Amino acid sequence: MSVQTTDYTVSEIRSPAAFLANRVFIYGALVFWSFVCLFPIYWTITTSFKSAVDVTQGHLIPFVDFTPDWKGWRSLGLSPDSISQTSTVRDEFLKRFMNSVITSVGASGLAIIIGSLAAYGLTRYRYHFAWFKNEDISFFFLSQLILPPVVLALPFLVLYREVALLDTRIGLVLLYTLMVLPIVIWIMRDQFNSIPVELEEAALVDGLSIWGAFFRIVMPIALPGMVAAFILAMVLCWNEYFFAALLTSTDAKTIPVMVASQTGSQGINWWSMAALATAAIAPLAIIGIALERYLIMGMTAGSVK
Amino acid sequence: MADQTSTANAWPANSTAADLIPPGRKRLGWALLAAATLVLLAAIVMQILYKTEVDTVGFDTWRPVVYAYVLWGVALGAWQVLTRGEDGQRALFLLPALLFTIAMVIFPTLFGFYIALTDWNLSSFAGRRFNGLDNFWQMLADPYYRNALVNMVLYVLAVLVEYVIAFGLALLLNAQIKARKFFRVVFLLPLMLSPVAVSWMVGKSLMEYRFGPAATLARHLGWDNPAFFSDPITARISIMMLDAWTFIPFMMIMLLAGLQAMSREVLEAARVDGATAWQTFWQVTFPLMLPVSVTAVILRIIFKLKLADIIITLTSGGPGGATDSVSSFIYREYRDRSNVGYGTMLAMAYLVIIVVFVTWLLKFASRFVRNVN
Repeated sequence: MSVQTTDYTVSEIRSPAAFLANRVFIYGALVFWSFVCLFPIYWTITTSFKSAVDVTQGHLIPFVDFTPDWKGWRSLGLSPDSISQTSTVRDEFLKRFMNSVITSVGASGLAIIIGSLAAYGLTRYRYHFAWFKNEDISFFFLSQLILPPVVLALPFLVLYREVALLDTRIGLVLLYTLMVLPIVIWIMRDQFNSIPVELEEAALVDGLSIWGAFFRIVMPIALPGMVAAFILAMVLCWNEYFFAALLTSTDAKTIPVMVASQTGSQGINWWSMAALATAAIAPLAIIGIALERYLIMGMTAGSVK
Repeated sequence: MADQTSTANAWPANSTAADLIPPGRKRLGWALLAAATLVLLAAIVMQILYKTEVDTVGFDTWRPVVYAYVLWGVALGAWQVLTRGEDGQRALFLLPALLFTIAMVIFPTLFGFYIALTDWNLSSFAGRRFNGLDNFWQMLADPYYRNALVNMVLYVLAVLVEYVIAFGLALLLNAQIKARKFFRVVFLLPLMLSPVAVSWMVGKSLMEYRFGPAATLARHLGWDNPAFFSDPITARISIMMLDAWTFIPFMMIMLLAGLQAMSREVLEAARVDGATAWQTFWQVTFPLMLPVSVTAVILRIIFKLKLADIIITLTSGGPGGATDSVSSFIYREYRDRSNVGYGTMLAMAYLVIIVVFVTWLLKFASRFVRNVN
């Protein structure tokens, strides 16, 4: 779903004064909401460079109000002067960061693979499992979206202990895959529906098997949709806190769990919290800005017919 | 399960493929499936015997059973292909996701219903003890759980306010403006941020009582005592605002896509007929946007029903349980009191409530949308 520009508001407005008022209102509102969206992020980033005095006096603008200092980043071991030294906090942080990367990429990847296959099957073939038809199977997958994490959390806690998956990255990957699978299937079904069946029919006539047609013909066309689903799944997995907080303790803790535990113990150590929060949100903020097109594509899949 | 997979195929000329499979291949398929099923059953039986100490041969954990299940899944796929040819290959598309979801959802949920009927505290030595419906009666008498449910109703109602704001933003982005892409990226940004980080960034620092900028601003605006999380009403509103901040972009993007998919001719016609912008919105845009709006609101409500992260990290349900959502309440029931049995009963009751509510919502919404169009 591409997003085009529209231009119908201008033609409705006749007098110059009304036009001006209209413009002022629109841009005023836009700037106001941009401020609402950006200020917390700005505040967090600048706070990571503030000392205690700057925080308590409410200084806002670097170089004018206060002199930036690497304070927050030094406490994480990530500032220029401490990056070469050994730092237990940095090791801890990098370990959590890698856990987050592995679990979110792993889960999104796994969900894309099995989700795309299922979505393809559901859009192209008629299945009949016992008394379940295609619609029932689709509903079964999508209904998982309603399932709140609390329902699964405690049984999984017990089951994971039994199968020795508690506090492992694999355990989290499996759960996150389950969590994003309905969304992936939703997006990919929409994608495959938009690809004409004639393409595969031609491929089959040319002697490809159905799996060959899927990999050689359909997949390349559906790739943008896969990227969209992957990014959306990434966002959800990276930010997931509930399961991670319950099911991990030392080895597999992810970034959100680390952030949450720091807020409790350190209290008012603002600069290091700010640095940690910045580091936690930076990867996704960058991905979000760079791949915004795909994100929007993923979120609007199937909602507009 | 999954043994009668007959596919009425969409394409001609290969419906006879199953008949062409040599019997040897079919036998191989059946043998494979039988062997894998035997391995799986043997693993389960052996493990049960070992755990109940009837037998001394077995593994410390149940993990080998998981491997056996994976192996069985592979064998099931091979059996499909070997015995049913092309139809089997088609079933293979669906099987991984199906086996995965069934293993990850059905089994734990059934297990959950069993745990819910037990008295089980992980921190006590007594272990698991079946106690029938005791947890259920305890739940009915629990004022905190009722309070959490009432809070969920309030939180869900807040979606309507979020919807109004999101619609406004979508209209803004759909107006003829410069730098549309920039504004869209900026408006989308809060959605990318982890709720846990946001609860620190906004809740614990921006809204900090002494020197958070939001508190300072509130003092300038004439609120003497800007404590965002100390009395129940303000604390609830603060939580709603924080959650709204992260999730408004989600609805906004869906509504924006709806606005852009709207046919231009209708709006043109309204303008030609002399409708004002206000009339055009209420008579044309809003009714046309209703299906997209309903989808966006329902999806948002589904996400809202899972609300927990912000509350857990920011207020821990305080003051006095005033901000608790059901999820955060159950989380603390486990974290603070290790009360697995009772916590699971609460979760299962919540699941039943949610399923009933969402089913009703979908029914209601579909009727509502049809009536308008």
